[in-house]
Amino acid sequence: MTNKTLIQISNDLSAGIYSSREITQDIITDIKARDHQFNSFINLSEDLALEQAGAADARRAAGKAELLTGVPFAHKDLFCTQGVITTCGSKMLENFIPPYESTVGQRLLATGAVCVGKTNMDEFAMGSSNENSYFGAVKNPWDLNAVPGGSSGGSAAAVAAGLVPAATGTDTGGSIRQPASFCNLTGIKPTYGRVSRFGIVAFASSLDQAGPMCKTAADAAVMLNAMAGFDAQDSTSMQVELPDFSADLEQPLTGLKVGLPKEFFGPGLDPQVADCIMVAVKQVEALGAQIIDISMPNLELSIPAYYVIAPSEASSNLSRFDGVRYGYRCDQPQDLMDMYCRTRAEGFGTEVKRRIMVGTYALSEGYYDAYYVKAQRIRRLIKNDFVRALSQVDVIMGPVAPTAAFDLGSNTKDSVAMYLEDIYTLSANLAGIPAMSTPAGFVNGRPVGLHIMGNYFAEAKLLNIAHQYQQITDWHLQTPASNGNKGA
Amino acid sequence: MALENADIEKIAILARIQVTATEASDYANSLSSILMLMDQMQQVNTDGIEPLSNPHDASQRLRSDQVTCDNQRDAFMAIAPATEKGLYLVPKVID
Repeated sequence: MTNKTLIQISNDLSAGIYSSREITQDIITDIKARDHQFNSFINLSEDLALEQAGAADARRAAGKAELLTGVPFAHKDLFCTQGVITTCGSKMLENFIPPYESTVGQRLLATGAVCVGKTNMDEFAMGSSNENSYFGAVKNPWDLNAVPGGSSGGSAAAVAAGLVPAATGTDTGGSIRQPASFCNLTGIKPTYGRVSRFGIVAFASSLDQAGPMCKTAADAAVMLNAMAGFDAQDSTSMQVELPDFSADLEQPLTGLKVGLPKEFFGPGLDPQVADCIMVAVKQVEALGAQIIDISMPNLELSIPAYYVIAPSEASSNLSRFDGVRYGYRCDQPQDLMDMYCRTRAEGFGTEVKRRIMVGTYALSEGYYDAYYVKAQRIRRLIKNDFVRALSQVDVIMGPVAPTAAFDLGSNTKDSVAMYLEDIYTLSANLAGIPAMSTPAGFVNGRPVGLHIMGNYFAEAKLLNIAHQYQQITDWHLQTPASNGNKGA
Repeated sequence: MALENADIEKIAILARIQVTATEASDYANSLSSILMLMDQMQQVNTDGIEPLSNPHDASQRLRSDQVTCDNQRDAFMAIAPATEKGLYLVPKVID
């Protein structure tokens, strides 16, 4: 069961090979038996999942099943789930039960999909290795000594390990694409405003986007069809045409113009990762694409700009955690100030506190123009680079990360070293364009992802390219030895 | 620029986060290296470049001033650390 794709499970349910209740029960049993190796889940919602599965079976019996009806998935624990604990990987929300469901969650539930539980993550989505979780680090199913990437590391590990066929993720600076790359998955960060942020605990509101993490591009298209679309509850949701993301998967790539920015292949890129990417690009060329050298001169500035803008927005968003309305409150506060300061000191982990302080400093009197406004000006330069490049080419390709997954513990001492790992992913968030990772090979047994970036609202084009690439390669079909290679 | 422990104590008060003396030294080191990274921006000429706060340069969408959801006071208050008679309880603010 465990290595099946979402579409295979959907087909099996249609064919009556098993019921949603049966596969949901199997998946929960499998997670309980195997997840101690990976720590990819924070909470399982067994009773609710079986109830949803029963309802899905009844819906199917009534002839009203959709593609996702009865298909199990998992939510990154940043998505508010009504009645189900939502921790954001933090002690602050260890016992938080949201009174409402995120828009993405509502849309998935409306299709009849079954949420089996909530996946581990870097606390409040701040991290690139999933080592910043109050609930412990997640291990990469491909190599238990390696990180799964972050911040959607639990979602990535759960899908890679074959525990669930798909999971939701969020991407503020690469948090879907980098773990997808590290765990051999297909993950897409849609255009800013494509997927509603309502009910997703906010990290950096001008950068956050949710998207699916799956085994194949075809699965990701099915998930995105359910997740995307205008939502009046999100003030930055975009009212634009919503295509069927599965419709163009089979389009040939003849005449596709692919830009390769030289800045994505500069010093710091592991030569073996570069080799994987260049082989993949050659294969895309063989599918009919034309490869064009381009330049993104401001790429390097995406690191300082991002690490001003994201912490600044985080310091503002996370001010809501004050021990008054929900979440953790310290014991025996002396007065109101003591309650705020100790609640936040005890409830947040080190990296979250560090980023709140960086953001507080960048927004403070006398520094606002030099840091925050300066970063926003640089953000426009980065956007302009993409607009210019995407007037010459249809998509841009490169590596997702400078290396394959690194060892657990190797970057935890130096926050700046960890931030530099995000060099290739941050710019898509700053510009707001869609970007994805698709499996493209291995370095020393650890997966490498091909990064595909496209124009605003061109998710269908990205998925089409990834799907065509997946028709001539089998990287995405490979599964880690820890799966036992059972099932499909 | 390098931050001193006194700077960290000031930032921590603004951020409403209690820090111990040991933590203040650690944060002074890590925030100083992060600020060095950020200072790369100062070498770039951005004269005449408008700040970008929304990737689509979109402005806040407004709606008509009408009630659109039910009152969920009880559901929201049920998850608070301390409440009484429909109010959130906090330590005494005024003597």
